[in-house]
Amino acid sequence: MVLENDVEGIAKLADIHIQKEELGEFTSQFNHILEYFDILDTVSDGEEGKADLVNVLREDVVTPSLTQEAACANAHETEDGHIRAPRVM
Amino acid sequence: MVKEYFFEKTDRTNAFITRLGLAMYEETGGPLEGKGIAVKDNISTAGIPTTCGSRILAGYVPPFDAHVVTRLREAGAAIVGKTNMDEFGMGTTTENSAFGPTTNPHDASRVPGGSSGGSAAAVGDGMVDMALGSDTGGSIRCPAAFCGIVGLKPTFGRVSRYGLIAYSNSLEQIGPLGRTVTDVNTLMSVIAGPDPRDTTAYDRPYTHTPSGEIAGMKIAVPEEFFGEGVDPAVAESVRNAIGKLEDAGAETMTCSIPSMAYALAAYYVTCTSEASSNLSRFDGVRFGPSVETKRSWHDEFRDHRGTLFGKEVQRRILLGTFALSAGYYGKYYAKAQVARENVRKDFLRIFKDADIIAGPTMPQIAFKLGEKSDPLSMYLADILTVPANLAGVPAISVPCGTVDKMPVGLQLIGRHFEEERVVDAAFAYEMEVA
Repeated sequence: MVLENDVEGIAKLADIHIQKEELGEFTSQFNHILEYFDILDTVSDGEEGKADLVNVLREDVVTPSLTQEAACANAHETEDGHIRAPRVM
Repeated sequence: MVKEYFFEKTDRTNAFITRLGLAMYEETGGPLEGKGIAVKDNISTAGIPTTCGSRILAGYVPPFDAHVVTRLREAGAAIVGKTNMDEFGMGTTTENSAFGPTTNPHDASRVPGGSSGGSAAAVGDGMVDMALGSDTGGSIRCPAAFCGIVGLKPTFGRVSRYGLIAYSNSLEQIGPLGRTVTDVNTLMSVIAGPDPRDTTAYDRPYTHTPSGEIAGMKIAVPEEFFGEGVDPAVAESVRNAIGKLEDAGAETMTCSIPSMAYALAAYYVTCTSEASSNLSRFDGVRFGPSVETKRSWHDEFRDHRGTLFGKEVQRRILLGTFALSAGYYGKYYAKAQVARENVRKDFLRIFKDADIIAGPTMPQIAFKLGEKSDPLSMYLADILTVPANLAGVPAISVPCGTVDKMPVGLQLIGRHFEEERVVDAAFAYEMEVA
């Protein structure tokens, strides 16, 4: 059972602002879904899949890629071929 | 030589987010030369806006083509537009789109299925012969079933995901939709094959001509696919269809998939966890509507995502964040991975004796618009399609009659990298009822 407080905390972790008036509905849907997920408690101990996987490696060779101009084309604020982001601190 | 393709068909179902009235194609001598093809709007197309059905990607124009789009162009296809979808592929009805719902071509009061609902409706309504979709937990097969067309989810790794905007990358595959098995087969032959830019893409090209010769093919029918929650009329249609495969020479047997008890929960824990990580890239800095760079990162980021992501996307990111958080990882994510392995083992066990597993694609016919308003009841509709994604095996949906004048889909699931056999079984059914 999670509370509105918990959902608010998760939303903060996920960087999603949830309106106060929507918290109640989110919380009740959350609990409804988590209750369904409880069926996973019946999974007997077993192993996670380890399919026949091999690492795929290659030499780090420079190949043609996007131009700086194309990479910046969708950004709204650029400066000297770089993308401006909000301040972190 | 570059030629013009005029695409002037009326869009009665809101199948397209972006349409090109004039699409260009090259005379390449390829198998799709001069054919109009629609592409789901989570597959990158250079120069054509790509939104994933979300406001958070409004105005985004990819600077590159997805691998499958390059293959379409090389095959001579004219890409006529980008189709509507549940935002980021999160939904079973195409109602979770920022561009409004797509409707079912057979009944405008019903959904087309999802999340590739626009692609299925465009094919089902005759706007195009073929379209590309993507299938994370049934998103090609469900709308194919609801719209009365054919849709194939390939084996995980048979088609490159380069340029597919990621939602849940251990589960999703790009695949073909078409009105006939032959069209789906043709489109599959164009998109399959290796791509160094997707390290999960195998070097397994697809060159197959469908054959209806299925004498001796062994078909297993899981009891769980006809259990609680499956509409008896849908179940009867599908059992009749399996009877037609017997008429064509197939041998049937019953089987059981005990892991179906928790497969849906394992699926939703896995896909929401992966989504919570994948969708962190939508921060308004490099693409989509801009953020205010003078505010602090987290304040701006939070408001941006709180405003521009739809409710279902927010719900899934939150669920995934929760499932991966300290103290809950063992209870949810780790258990889901064990459950997933059990699903895979169930399939491998059945495929020792059987070539194909057959059952309904969806437990019901297409829902009425607005019918599934509760998130969990919407999730439960995916119960018959998610097992193939968890196991990574190929699965096709082929139309098999109607209930209340709405199409029903027969699902045929095969061994890893045996799309050819799945296609043959579907083709045999199509020939048998032709």
